[in-house]
Order: sequence, then structure tokens, then C-alpha cells
Amino acid sequence: MAVTTMIGAKIHRREDPRLVSGEGRYVDDFTRPGTVFLSVVRSPFAHALVKSIDITQATKAPGVVAVYTYKDFAKVLSGTMPVTPSFVAEKKQIPPRFPIAEKEVVYQGEPVAVVLAETKYQASDASNLIDVEYEQLPAVMDLDKALEAKSPKVHSDGPDNLGWDLTYIPDDPAVMKEAEVVIKARILQQRLAPTSMETRGVLAEYSKPDGTMTVWMSSQSPHFVRLFLGGAMGIPENRLRVISPDVGGGFGAKISPYSEDWLVPAAAKLSGRPVKWIESRTESLLTTTHGRGQVFEVEAGAKKDGTLVFIKATQYLDIGAYMGTFAAFQACACLLAGGAYNWKHVAARTVGVLTNKVPTDPYRGAGRPEATHLCERAIDLLAGELKMDPAELRRKNFITTFPHTNHFGLVFDSGAYEKAMDMAMGIAGYEKLRKEQEEGRKKGKYLGIGMSSWIEICGFGPSAATAPATGGIALVESAQVRVFPTGSVAVYVGTHSHGQGHDTTFPQIVADTLGVPYDSIELRHGDTAEGPAFGYGTYGSRSLAVGGMAVHKASKKVVDKARKIAAHLFEAAEEDVAFDQGHFYVKGSPDKRKAFGEVAFASYGAGLPEGMEQGLEAVAYYDPSNFVWPFGTHIAVVEVDTQTGHVDLKRYIAVDDCGNIINPMIVDGQIHGGVAQGISQALYEEIIYDDESGQMRTGTFTDYLVPSANEFPVFELGRTITPSPTNELGVKGIGEAGTIASSIAIINAVCDALSPFGIKHVDMPASPDRIWKLIHDAQAGSNHGKEARK
Amino acid sequence: MIPAAFEYARASSVEEASKLLKKYGEDAKVLAGGHSLIPLMRLRLAQPKALVDINGIKDLDHIKESGSKLHVGALARHVMIQNSAVVKQNLPILAEVAGEVGDNQVRNMGTIGGVMAHADAAGDYPTIALMLDAEIVTNQRTIAAKDFFKDIFTTPLAPDEIVIEVVFPVANGPHKYIKFRRRLFDWAIVGAAAQKMNGGWRIGLTNVGPTPVRATAVEKALHDGAKPEEAAQHASDGLNPSGDLRASPEYKKHLARVLTKRAIEQAE
Repeated sequence: MAVTTMIGAKIHRREDPRLVSGEGRYVDDFTRPGTVFLSVVRSPFAHALVKSIDITQATKAPGVVAVYTYKDFAKVLSGTMPVTPSFVAEKKQIPPRFPIAEKEVVYQGEPVAVVLAETKYQASDASNLIDVEYEQLPAVMDLDKALEAKSPKVHSDGPDNLGWDLTYIPDDPAVMKEAEVVIKARILQQRLAPTSMETRGVLAEYSKPDGTMTVWMSSQSPHFVRLFLGGAMGIPENRLRVISPDVGGGFGAKISPYSEDWLVPAAAKLSGRPVKWIESRTESLLTTTHGRGQVFEVEAGAKKDGTLVFIKATQYLDIGAYMGTFAAFQACACLLAGGAYNWKHVAARTVGVLTNKVPTDPYRGAGRPEATHLCERAIDLLAGELKMDPAELRRKNFITTFPHTNHFGLVFDSGAYEKAMDMAMGIAGYEKLRKEQEEGRKKGKYLGIGMSSWIEICGFGPSAATAPATGGIALVESAQVRVFPTGSVAVYVGTHSHGQGHDTTFPQIVADTLGVPYDSIELRHGDTAEGPAFGYGTYGSRSLAVGGMAVHKASKKVVDKARKIAAHLFEAAEEDVAFDQGHFYVKGSPDKRKAFGEVAFASYGAGLPEGMEQGLEAVAYYDPSNFVWPFGTHIAVVEVDTQTGHVDLKRYIAVDDCGNIINPMIVDGQIHGGVAQGISQALYEEIIYDDESGQMRTGTFTDYLVPSANEFPVFELGRTITPSPTNELGVKGIGEAGTIASSIAIINAVCDALSPFGIKHVDMPASPDRIWKLIHDAQAGSNHGKEARK
Repeated sequence: MIPAAFEYARASSVEEASKLLKKYGEDAKVLAGGHSLIPLMRLRLAQPKALVDINGIKDLDHIKESGSKLHVGALARHVMIQNSAVVKQNLPILAEVAGEVGDNQVRNMGTIGGVMAHADAAGDYPTIALMLDAEIVTNQRTIAAKDFFKDIFTTPLAPDEIVIEVVFPVANGPHKYIKFRRRLFDWAIVGAAAQKMNGGWRIGLTNVGPTPVRATAVEKALHDGAKPEEAAQHASDGLNPSGDLRASPEYKKHLARVLTKRAIEQAE
């Protein structure tokens, strides 16, 4: 193999000049002749019966082309929306979901009718003229109450509100008894809105004569949409084309198909006109799947010398009113509850609970931030009880030998946890910080230092594990490498870049493998009509470890064929032909060489080896042998203003290890974004519903708090490199790492700052009002607090 | 951005704007910077039949000192007030408050006249205007700030009345405005202002009730020789703030006391 020149190179993202100069092309930038605009009439209630829908006034309104309700869509759509097994193979119930409500609405924002009009303004105006008569039903909003026997039901014809209840590993009382110190915590993972900069959007055009449908949409996985939508509409894959052009962020919320992904193409078929729908920000907060939405009951125990004994986690997951396609993915929090540590026993159970809210589904990290949060909080609570420094408790119990098989049978491929922690502590100046903290407390200055030694499972994933989880499709990845006669290269991939920088990193891999100039390589993705028959999309930090490997594998297939041609041209045996830096030569005669481009040209000519077909292109599907396991340690330093409750994030240190690196600038960018998103959960973001009415109270960015760059310090990054033994490139994933690590680094820091008040737990977001109340209550009941601490 | 349909007219003089407003009656709204109005229209919470755009009116963005008064034209943008040498010299607290409004985009468009006429309890200028006894000059009359902020989003402005300028006293002594919020570009959860003027203190509070509040009990305590910490305890006297997603009434009252103390102590 050639000496690498591009892999590892810190080069600018080649897609940025286009994207930052307004030349990006998103769904709303596309139009077709005769396009009409669709507006969705949504339920204003969390739970109600639809008694009648009067469309008379709306159909007469200016510019209105059509009004459709359930009965119209039932003519062109069949079946229910997909739900995969994910990490819970057997569910108690899966409420059947049709993309539009018929008789009952079960969350605020559920579609009940759509209006098609010549302009989006006319569609919106007319949608206000549709008169829906509802009979309100009690809304189920609270997880605990939902599980009570006398609770109202989310679906009036459902048996109860239990979606699933799966114990992965039960208690082992004998082992648990060995613990000399035990802590308990109840941790809230509040619902979050993924809030990508570009909201969702769909444009669909149906050709009746050809029976073909073309759909432009903002998706992380266009091939999956084609698969599911084709099934619902009875259109075979070869007549259904899904194009996901530039996409302004997904964060996991653009993996699963949505109601509108069905309704817009169906409306195009019903009306005979191209139809466009673009989600408003309020619609997005209300109806795009939420992330997190979980409560964990955690119990952990250790010996007095700091040897960890057991951790037990029970996850209550707020599914929402229907199951998201990958709703049970977040149960993977249970499988990683033990984190980076050796425990004698790990027990875990997941309970999925239906509520009258929009469904939850994967959101950046999806289960792994939750796992890290519960485990790292447990470690800090144990350290507090043991009067040990939290860093030392970690050091004493880190997993140090790899591969490591955890209690759930998952195999950690490689790691060097202590090394990353030491680097983070070095950057932070940990000892000095602890002294500053001690000095500060004497003067009423409350510094907090929080640590998060995170691990994750990513690179989804090996076929044996993923095919059963999706219900049949293995989450492998495909790539096609085409070399044209004059040597330029086009690469088609099944992953989808919506911020990850594939346009830059994948050509870096190809450039090294083929030995051709980086600038001669073009990457294409997002169009199901191009490239291999199936692509699997981008999520779960999989693109490089799975997709990048498919690109590498297809490139190697091309080199293999080129080598055969070169050998033929040299009249030498194939095994005697060397390939280095884009040139073939007979071993021992490096002066007489042929450039890759010359061989490419020859591949389209005459005189090829006996039996060889013309052309130089290859398709590869890569099926990884294992998941990959990145890790690292983050440290947050906060100062809490105990008068106002304000948390001032003073420093943030992140040391991450994602194996070998293709482009360090892109890795840093992913960490920055991820860390910001996790901090945002810790301090700012929260979807709030009114408990009684079920109305969302955070329907705009005035109330749903997404922070800006102003709210963050400069992140201090460090890096260790522990190559993955799982794949030939030695790479892992980094897209979710920052989010996985950071929420608990902040919360551990806030709890550390507040420890002099006897405060052991702070729910997210750690907002000033919440912290002020905790301090206020702790001071008011300080005697009581002391009792409780004993 | 899909508002309900509306008519649009652009005025080139105050007289023309007034005539247009008269023509459309109560269903018309004045469009200045638009940073409160347009978000409401986007959500269709406001559905005016007509917008009268006053951005084409010349000479309505003046900032000048005259007769120990600071005159700030209604169309003066936040960024102009923030950077104005005249404001910095004659009423520096106003320049500082302007610099704390929203983000760059908001400050480039938003106007002082718009903030006054909108009368949002979370607005910052109204607090300064009220505590300093500023006057709001319209095309019809001059209204004292204490008579201007009647209730939440409620002023005595008639449908065809337009704010022309806000007239503040000159005050360049020690001052401080503390705007407590979650994100830098947010509205105040609670704001507290302190200004030394004519030998006494003026203390104002933002977002602790339906209108801005002048904390006269604090002013009096300071006048009577109380220390800032003691005087600030009176900041919540008589307050009955409503709670919202970011703060309970109790927490707002607590913040009023803490921030008032800090504003007095940090005034320079």
C-alpha cells in the first residue's frame, strides 16, 4: 500500500465554500413546474376524538387545489408506519400508526387534514378554515402515572400504556450484598428537540404515464425512505427515486420516516401535481421526533477500598404516542450502563412507556449519553461516599485489557482509558484546580470540577447483530468507485453527509488508495438513482468506520483490476507488480512505471488480459466484524453564583480517542459541535408540556433555549490515538462523542460546586431558577439536609 | 414565515403615516424595526390588516443633547444608541442598555420608538425611561413615562399616534444595568438599573410585573442612609410578578433584590 499522504491531512472541508456562500441546495431550493404547496392541519389537543371534519369553506378558498383527509389517503397508502425491533425484540404493544389520524388524535400536532394550494400563503390561510370537531380525552403526560393501573390510556382502545418491559440482566443479590457502600439516584433525561438548522421538507412529483415517483427530501437515509415508502405506496424501488440533497443537519431526527414523507408523495399522486411541504420551526418543535425523554433509577455499590461491585440501571423511556421507527434504540443505554469500568455485576432493565406526546427516536448519541450520564454520576456519588477523589476512583476501576467483553456480551475492541484521563487532567491542571476550589470556598466562591470518562459503541454495524435489529436489513455499507478513461474518479456512497464532511474525508481515503490527486475525485451521495442498489445512511457515528471502509474496499478492488492490467502491459506476473504512490512497476524496476491514469485509459481499450471486460469500476459492500469503541475523558470547570443560581462554564477540556484520524480538522469540528450540544442539554434545552392539557409550552426558539457561541468558552481539546483492530483503516467514530461525554461532565461539575450545601443531585437543565431553589431549600432545611446525608 | 394577509404602505413623513393610520383605523400597526411585531405575525398571534412602514421617514433617528436633555429619535436603532458619543457622554446607561438588547441583527434593526410603543414588560428602555422620568413625544402630545406604561403591551397611544422621540434627562453619574438572562441575546428574566442623579439614586426594575417598575422604596432607603444591601431588600416591596418558564414569582422577587444590590454596588 502507498505511503499515506492524504489520510491524516488537516485540509479544509471542500464543501464549505459552496455551503457558506449560499450555493448549497436544500429541498426548499428545488421546484417543479406546476408545484402546489401543502399545509397540514394538526391536532391542537394531546388527546381527542375526531368527531367530524368540515372542509367546505377551505375548498372554496382562493387558490385551493384540494383538501385531503384520512379517507383520501387510505386509497393510496397502505399498511402502518415501520417500527424496528432495535434493542427490544419483543414489544408489549406497537400502536398501529397511519400517517394521518382517522378517528382519534393522540398527540398535539398529529395531522388530521392537508390543504393543497397554488401558494404556501393560500394553503396556510385555507388550512385555518377547516373546521374539525374534537371531543377532548384525558392526556397521559407523566411516565409514573402512565404506568398506574387506573391511568387513562394513550390510545383509547389500547390495553394499557406499556410499550415494552425487558430485563437484560436481573439483580444478583449475592454479589450486590458484597458492596459496603451503596448509592442511589434518580436521573431525569429531559426531552430535547433536535433542532437542525434546516427543518424537514418534502417535494414529490408523480408521473402517471410512467408510474414513477421522485421525492426530494431532507433525510439522513434516503434508501430507507425509498424502501418504506415504496412499500406503503406499492411503487417498486426502480420506479421510486428519493433525492436527499444538501441537508442542514439531522442529529438523528431525519433517519426515521415521518407522516409527511408519506402524505406529500400520496398527495402528488392524488392531485396529479408536484407537491411541496416545508416544515415551520414551530411544526418542527412540535412534530419532529424528540430525543432522550427518559428517567433512570440507578443504584451502585463499591467496597470501602474503592473496588466497584455492582451497578443497576432501570430505564423508563417516554416513547410518546406511537413508537418511533428506532424508538427502542435508546435502550442501548442499558447495555452500556457499566461504562469504562470493571464491575462484578451489572443489572439493567428497560421499560418503554406510551404518553400523549410526539414520539421519541434517536438523537445525537441516542442511549449512549444517557448511559454515560448515569454511570459517571454513579461514580462521582460513590467517590463522595468513599471520600475518594473521583479521578482516583475511575483510575482504580478502569477496564485495562482489550478486547473486553462486557456483561451484555458486547466486545470493546480497544482502549486506553487511563491515558486519556491523564491527558485531560494534565490540560486542566487538575491538582491546581482542586486547590483553587478549596481556597475559593473559603471566600464564598463555588468552583466545581466535573469529569466524564466516556465510552461508546458506534459504527453500526455487523450484519449478524444489525439485521435482526432492523427487521432484516443489515446495516452494512456500500460504495462504488468509478475511474473514467482519462483518470478522474467518481465515488458513490450509501452514507449521507449533512455536516460530517464526507465530500472531503472519503476522497482523502480514495486518493491514498488509488494514488491519484485528491482534486480528481468527486464524491456523490443522497440520490437513490445513483450508485449501488442500496445505501444505509448516516447515523450512529458509522460513516467512516463502515462507509469509509466500503469506499476503501471498492478502491482496492479497482486497484486489483488495474494491477492485472498493468501486469499484462508489463508482460509480468501479477504478483511481481508493485503499486506505490499511484504508479505500477515491476518489482526491482521502479524506473519503468505506469501511472494509474495510463492503466485506467488502457482499461477502456483493446488488448486486455484474456477474458477481462473493459472498464475500471467496482462496487463494494462492507460488513464490519464488530462495532467500534471510541472513548475519552472530558473535564468541565464551572463556577456557580449561589445568589442567582447561574452556572458560569469557565473551562471545558475534551480528550477524545477515535482511533486513526482521516482529517483532524473535521474531528475537532465534530467534537466542538457535539460538546456544545451536550452542554446545551445540561444547561439550556428542555421540551416542556403542560401536564394537564398536554399542550407544548416550548413551541418557539424564544422558549426552547438553544444557546449560541456566546454561551461557550473556548474548548480545550486533546487527543490520544488507539487504532481500532476492527477495520483495516484503524478508525472509529466521532460524530456523537462530544454529546455523549459532555452533559454529565457539566452536571458532575455543578454537583461538585454545590456539594458544600449537601446537594447531591441536579436535574437537567441546570437552570438558574432550579439551582437557586436547590440552594434555597438546602439552606432552609440545613438540619434536615444533614440528617439525610448520614 | 407565513403571516395572514395584510396591506402594506410606506410613509415618507410623520403626517403621511398618521393619515394612513387614520385610514386603516385600529387594525393597522406601525412597522419600525419589526423585531417584536414580525415574530408575532409569523405565529399569527398578531394579524394586522395593514402595516404602515415608517422606516422611510427621514430625520426620525436623531440623537442630540439640548438644554440638559437627551433627545433620541424614535427610529434610532439600538446599535446607533449603543455607539453614540452623545449618548455615552450624556446618558451612558442608555448606551449600555442598548448594547444588551438582542443580538447584532436585532440591534441593527430594532428601534427605541418601537420598544416604547410595544411596551413589553421585558423591554429594557422602558425601565430606564420610567426611573429617570423621561418623556415620550408623539405627533400629538408629550407623555410622561410614568403615564405611558399602562399595562402589559398597553400605552395611551391613539391609533393614529406615532412616537417621535424619547426625551431623557442628562445623567452621567455612577450607573449600572444588570440584565439577568440565560443566553446573551435573551430578554431579561429580571433586570435592575441604578443611576445616581441629582445627588440621589434612581432604581428601576425590568420584567417583574406587567409594566416597568421604579423601586421607590429602595431609593428612599438609600436616601435615608441605608447600605446598598439593606436598601436592596426593599426592591421586591409591592411586587407581584407572574411566573413563567424561566422563573417563579418567588425567584423573580429574589432576583430583584440581589440584582438591585449588585447594580448599586457596581454603579460607576
